[in-house]
Amino acid sequence: MRASRRLLASTDEEAVVAPGNRRWSLRRRLTVALSGFGGLAIITLTVAPLLGPTPIGLGRVFDTSIPFADNVDAQIFFIARLPRALAGALVGASLAVAGVVFQALLRNPLATPFTLGVSAGASLGAMLVITLGVPVAVSGIPAVPIASLLGSLGAAGVVYSMATLRHRGLSTTVLLLAGVTLNSFFSAIIMFVQYSADFTQTFQTVRWLMGNLDVSGFQPIVAALPLTGAAFAMFATLPRALNLLTLGSDSAAARGVDVLRTQRVAFLSASLATGAAVSLSGPIGFIGIVIPHLVRLIVGADHRVVMPASACLGAAFLVGCDVVARTIMAPFELPVGVITALTGGPFFLWLLVRRQ
Amino acid sequence: MDSLRSGAVRSLECELLQAANVSFAYKRHLVLREVSFDLAPGGVLGILGPNGSGKTTLLRLLGGLLRPTAGRIALDGCDLGNIAKATLAQRMAMVPQETHLAFDYSVLEIALMGRYPHLRSFEVEGPEDIELARAALAETDTAMLEQRAFMTLSGGEKQRVVIASALAQFGRRVADSGHRPVEVLLLDEPTASLDLGYQLDVASTLRRLNRDRSTSMVISTHDLNFAASVCDRVVLLRQGRVLAAGPIRDVLRPDTVRALYDVEATVEQHAMTGHMTVVPWARRATTAPNTHEER
Repeated sequence: MRASRRLLASTDEEAVVAPGNRRWSLRRRLTVALSGFGGLAIITLTVAPLLGPTPIGLGRVFDTSIPFADNVDAQIFFIARLPRALAGALVGASLAVAGVVFQALLRNPLATPFTLGVSAGASLGAMLVITLGVPVAVSGIPAVPIASLLGSLGAAGVVYSMATLRHRGLSTTVLLLAGVTLNSFFSAIIMFVQYSADFTQTFQTVRWLMGNLDVSGFQPIVAALPLTGAAFAMFATLPRALNLLTLGSDSAAARGVDVLRTQRVAFLSASLATGAAVSLSGPIGFIGIVIPHLVRLIVGADHRVVMPASACLGAAFLVGCDVVARTIMAPFELPVGVITALTGGPFFLWLLVRRQ
Repeated sequence: MDSLRSGAVRSLECELLQAANVSFAYKRHLVLREVSFDLAPGGVLGILGPNGSGKTTLLRLLGGLLRPTAGRIALDGCDLGNIAKATLAQRMAMVPQETHLAFDYSVLEIALMGRYPHLRSFEVEGPEDIELARAALAETDTAMLEQRAFMTLSGGEKQRVVIASALAQFGRRVADSGHRPVEVLLLDEPTASLDLGYQLDVASTLRRLNRDRSTSMVISTHDLNFAASVCDRVVLLRQGRVLAAGPIRDVLRPDTVRALYDVEATVEQHAMTGHMTVVPWARRATTAPNTHEER
């Protein structure tokens, strides 16, 4: 009797096998995923600086017989395009992994790096600097990225203290509600300041809010690198504990996970990565939700594979989207956020529908 | 009630898990009041009581997820607070009432999560861990579900997979020499959301684990008949107090059932199964005063 019921239950197995190839060992899945997605990222990163409205020759770029000041190809490559591609890779990887971490922390597949108010805080910081007319750089440091970084960390601080204030441990429900509320609150202030600002300032803010990878030089990337590096070092400690957290915090704790510490490190690292990314490029949407889900469909749910794979695919995707944004309407540039949403959105919907 | 409560003070020579005068309060709301009992190695203890009697809180205390406000909980005579998380997790595992995943893992991946307390940081599960996880799945009759997505399983299958994941916590690699310590499984309402067939599956799985591996268990449940089919001793819990405790044949009586649930019930030994059965037949007015005490 029992055996027959089991047989019946397993006849429709084809449709319900877990997504991703689970028959391979973790090591093998990790190797394949990293060589696949990592290779994609490296190829995109290599090709992207060569593409653009002005054709450049790789031979001339690295031709040391021409002085750099006279070598237009080298200038385009090293000043305009390469930093831009690197910024895209950094931002794409950061937002994708931050998305994975926020989704695991909140146990909510709809969470994005921007759910908890981090980007709204960054936007508010940036726009206050633009509108209040703070000089472009304060003692050599550009003011807008600093202000947006402070804004994002401030927002993260408020949300975090709300979630820990009156609870044992960290309440993810309060975290979510406080984040969503803070998002609307900051948006209201942004709207108010925009309404009272003059036309030029409004134009500048709107441009910033659309997101832009035009960093013109390596300096902003170097400035963001320590923060991003710290965030990724913390990310590296998380994957296994995040796997167990998806069972629920009690089940994770009963298996020996230090739940509170994991939640703290997850929140801090993901906020830091998001803050650094947004201060570099402005808020670029969609990467933080599309990439993690896409990766999970391909490699399964294990965070030890999902996190590095998302970093690679996020980098490749944003660098690729930026190439499209630069070239599709040349000599005009589209905001890269338009491209990420226009390409990522329908593709993601198609995946969802196909999976049902 | 004094005659009933005397059973709770009983003491065993070699307790495995012992709760002594445990009280617990969430903020100012007292949930458990001076609860005492102990679990012998290989024993199956049922915590019985109506919804809201503090069963889940008691189980979380036993699992070391909460600290008692007063009193002491000890495993092999050692205070739970003094045992390292990973060490505790290798001997004691919890099975929650229901498990909802945020993301879709395969059944084998869920079972492998039980190996967490045995792995060093950054260590990846080796072939031995995979063997142990598979063995745990086999013990709960779920080995053939290995590659299935956990989210697509039925309630009974999910529950047995989660039990397997808990068993994987106990699994010892060859290198972990020495005698195998007695293992404790804490189950919170393991059958509350299952239909009759799956309830039987889970009950027989638990009985077999107790018989074959001498797994000790603490099971919280409001289902007296399920408890009677699995447990050898029970603690009756109402509004955070112990009404009665002892061997199930002594404790399960019409008067204790009335005191516990405010129902008139017939308690008989079932002719075929040999264990006690409880058939409630009338609702009684509440006897116990509604004491939601503030401290």
